[in-house]
Amino acid sequence: MSERYSSFEPGGRRWLWQRVTAAFLVVVLAFHFFLLHFVHHADEVTFAMSAGRMETLSYYSLMVLFLLTATFHGVNGVYNALVNTGLSGRQRTAVKWTLVVASVVLIVQGIRTANAWAGISLV
Amino acid sequence: MSQSYNRGLVEDFGRWREFSAGMWAWVFHKFTGWVLVGYLFTHIAVLSTALSGPAAYTGTIRTLEGLLVVRVLEVGLLAVAVFHILNGCRLLLVDLGVGLERQDVSFYASLILTGAIVVASVPTFLAGVSL
Repeated sequence: MSERYSSFEPGGRRWLWQRVTAAFLVVVLAFHFFLLHFVHHADEVTFAMSAGRMETLSYYSLMVLFLLTATFHGVNGVYNALVNTGLSGRQRTAVKWTLVVASVVLIVQGIRTANAWAGISLV
Repeated sequence: MSQSYNRGLVEDFGRWREFSAGMWAWVFHKFTGWVLVGYLFTHIAVLSTALSGPAAYTGTIRTLEGLLVVRVLEVGLLAVAVFHILNGCRLLLVDLGVGLERQDVSFYASLILTGAIVVASVPTFLAGVSL
């Protein structure tokens, strides 16, 4: 019988979500680079220009989705890479929850920043 | 009946002399992935200066973009991102079972296309910066 050799669990959804987010990210990451380095140039960035884009609902929602998918894809990739090094047991659990907390912090901070440009005040 | 293979430790980079094109693609994808996730956290941290007000944000970005080292690092980031995108497309095709017998060719194509896009982008990325 052949060995099962994967960092993904059988029947798990993380494998599928890693691919779904990848398909989204290849398009949006290319768009992000093109817009902010070729259409607009990095040294011309101002708060007002960033705010102007983020005040548009379609751009704001695309960037929030970009943040969510990039965080999942990146952090899940890091977790898989660490599992491939043979991480198991309590170490694996500790790494998993550290990455979950780091992801939540990143997403909250990213959305707070987007809200600052969009003029959205939650408190 | 399927065979059992002893492939050794997955992350054994000491075997690099034995690596085939697919293995190099895997190593490069992993390396570029680490760089991109590291950059994602750094990127949000820098953008968070917007929380301190318009002047803090604009000043921070203008100062960073005025440094040649930052511009050179941005070219490096472009190289890393373009390769990860192109090889990611290749991986999606591999997962779908498309072009499996030509996966080594598509890896070389990803490398060449990455090089071409990065070289063509250098003038745009270095525009307006002084030594």
